[in-house]
Amino acid sequence: MPNFYTDTPQFKHYLQHPLMKRIVELRERNYADAEKYDYAPMDFEDAMDSYDKVLEVVGEICGEIIEPNSEEVDHTGPTLSNGRVTYAPQTQDNIDALNKAELMGMGLPRRFGGLNFPMVPYMMSADIVSRADASFQNIWMLQDCGETIYEFADESQREKYLPRIVKGQTMSMDLTEPDAGSDLQAVMLKATYNEAEKQWYLNGVKRFITNGDADIHLVLARSEEGTKDARGLSMFIYDKNSGGVTVRRIENKMGIKGAPTCELVFKNAKAELVGTRRMGLIKYVMSLMNGARLGIMAQSVGISEAATREAYNYAIERRQFGKAIIEFPAVYEMLSNMRAKTDASRSMLYETCRFVDMYKTLEDISRERKLTPEEKDELKYYSRLADAFTPLGKGMTSEYANQNAYDSIQVHGGSGFMKDYKCERLYRDARITNIYEGTTQLQVVAAIRHVTTGTYLQRIREYEAMPVSPELESLKRTLSKMAQMYEKLVEIVTSPKDEEYLDFHARRLVECAGHIIMGHLLLQDANADPEMFRRSAEVYIHYGQTEVIKNYNFVTKSRIEDMAYYKPDLNENA
Amino acid sequence: MTFNIIVLAKQVPDTRNVGKDAMKADGTVNRAALPAIFNPEDLNALEQALEIKDQYPGSKITVLTMGPGRAADILREGLFRGADDGVLLTDRAFAGADTLATSYALSMAIRKIGNFDIIISGRQAIDGDTAQVGPQVAEKLGIPQITYAEEILNIGNGKVRVKRRLENGVEIVESPLPAVVTVNGSARACRPRNAKLLQKYKHAKTITERQNENIDYIDIYSSRPYLNLTEWSVVDVDADVKQCGLSGSPTKVKKIENVVFQAKESKRLTDNDYDIEELVKELIENHMIG
Repeated sequence: MPNFYTDTPQFKHYLQHPLMKRIVELRERNYADAEKYDYAPMDFEDAMDSYDKVLEVVGEICGEIIEPNSEEVDHTGPTLSNGRVTYAPQTQDNIDALNKAELMGMGLPRRFGGLNFPMVPYMMSADIVSRADASFQNIWMLQDCGETIYEFADESQREKYLPRIVKGQTMSMDLTEPDAGSDLQAVMLKATYNEAEKQWYLNGVKRFITNGDADIHLVLARSEEGTKDARGLSMFIYDKNSGGVTVRRIENKMGIKGAPTCELVFKNAKAELVGTRRMGLIKYVMSLMNGARLGIMAQSVGISEAATREAYNYAIERRQFGKAIIEFPAVYEMLSNMRAKTDASRSMLYETCRFVDMYKTLEDISRERKLTPEEKDELKYYSRLADAFTPLGKGMTSEYANQNAYDSIQVHGGSGFMKDYKCERLYRDARITNIYEGTTQLQVVAAIRHVTTGTYLQRIREYEAMPVSPELESLKRTLSKMAQMYEKLVEIVTSPKDEEYLDFHARRLVECAGHIIMGHLLLQDANADPEMFRRSAEVYIHYGQTEVIKNYNFVTKSRIEDMAYYKPDLNENA
Repeated sequence: MTFNIIVLAKQVPDTRNVGKDAMKADGTVNRAALPAIFNPEDLNALEQALEIKDQYPGSKITVLTMGPGRAADILREGLFRGADDGVLLTDRAFAGADTLATSYALSMAIRKIGNFDIIISGRQAIDGDTAQVGPQVAEKLGIPQITYAEEILNIGNGKVRVKRRLENGVEIVESPLPAVVTVNGSARACRPRNAKLLQKYKHAKTITERQNENIDYIDIYSSRPYLNLTEWSVVDVDADVKQCGLSGSPTKVKKIENVVFQAKESKRLTDNDYDIEELVKELIENHMIG
């Protein structure tokens, strides 16, 4: 019986990270819930044991139900009739299984029925679910909207909606419109307030809405008439029970076909305002998107894991020229790179989760009591790191998911091009990860200021100060050399003080930071558990070094004037 | 309307994933080399019980198992999935029991639990494959039995209606309660362990476990009584020692043969209908399938 948690020992390794003790202590408010809830942990060891045991259930459901269902889900997909979406029957089976196991609302506090899990074990579940079926991970992961309700809605809204989410009601985040994709400031869906009824109404169209026929929607809408920018947007909760929203079409997508992507028509749909007017995009959606980006990182890692395993298993079985193809250097190099990128992605995911856990939990505590000065410093420190690591990690891991899915097909050769093998679905599923919740290009836009302000470099220095065993010293020296090149690159690109020049090289700089940081993370992993991580650390750092040198050469061997050759001539008649 | 349900469950070696160490040289099962699991069809039985409870909230499910101390795992597994209580029947005097002695011991424990509406168990255990214990328990208790059940269709007004999966079709039968129902592997799979119940009951222990193990949380067993798993011996269930264990087991193993399958010859078939039909006929004749 396959278990996607126990067959991947990396999870236990990340669960045992030293920072977990502090995270769990904060999250559990010194284990005060144990008095009130029979399922709350009594101390740190008890909490860790619970995470381990619950993840084992997640791994079992994924291995025995969700993964075996995934092919059929991909083929059948959701259907639309009379403005309502019906999931593929197997998708519904998956939802039922997770509901029966009460694995919805994992991150929500117990007073609303949640499991109060920190991000680390919560995202491990997302990682495991994605390996089983990336399209299902979308539907399941949207429970994250509950976090936004918890954070920004008032207590009566929390009491109204959060227990429903815990009971398995599905969610969606309705942001994109036909003319507002990456640029959400252009959202036009209209929210009008009826003074007499004391009621908000929504009118307009939303497009590309994942799980758009959900029970509970978070909707970004223009509440301030006459405005055109972000400051006129507010966030609303739409409850499907109140009616007024129909699904006009389900998109026919390349991948993640099990998750319905919908066009929605709002006609006088009753809605509730969340938090303060005008803060919709500026504050709430930004927070929602950061959570969603972490979810896509987990989705990317899950796809990478699946792609790597599919390729490995095939390469061991497939024989050509009298031996298994895994014995050929051209194949085993590919496989090692896939494993290294997968491990690096996972290490990046949980490092980011720890930062998010630290600052979000402290932020939550600050609503209950005044933080101590040390806690305030902690909050600031981790909040900045989370802000820096989320776009970097989302960008890097989603690109790796694509590369791994691509290479997985390559290892399969001609068979991989056929519909008969899972790798072709992984390839299609991976393709969206570096597009939605912000394309890689937009992740770079979010990440570049942490290049220029030095957040990444400062963190790299902290990694450099962490001791490693003598046999890993040479890897560490390699990383130091990479950091020197990175520093020099930042200097070269920022010194002309030319915004466009910086934008032109931004991705190269961000990627260099990514390679060095992920290299350090694997180095630390290898230091703690050489048997599990040494190979990946060696392979990844070699790979990363080559990439850093490549980027270094690109920047240093070209002049700022060369940008002109890339720039479109918009006056020319095409 | 609520029901008191007893689920009979057995901890078995996982014979589905047999490695090379699965059998000892003398031909007996090497239990140490195989992971101990909840007998698969007993899980199907538990699911049937849980569905009754879903439909009639307030119904009570008690999982009863007989075995060594570690069989308490089965009780916890039951609690994680939604059972309310668990009883471990354990005693050196129960050791070496055949199906007759086992069903005697179980029937005595069931009498002690008392006040039950229905007893549900798996059709058979994967280690012995006898399918005798359920029916024998019914005989010992003098109540009706329905075997090969695939689904309990409805229960109430002193009756239970069951769909049976038979060799050549299905049959729907009705029986007065209380009754024993043994469930087929074709019945719905058991629901997964529940994350909250898992965290609630993970520290549940029998008295022996609490005495023998280094327990981290001593206080909780008095403040949370549901964490104390019931453990009964021969004396606790008023059983006659002579009818228990080896002394109560008329079954004697005459000889154990170690059969090793070896591929001596191969046969090449095409994918035409004739070849396939011939192969199927041959397999039926050899009793490979049927």
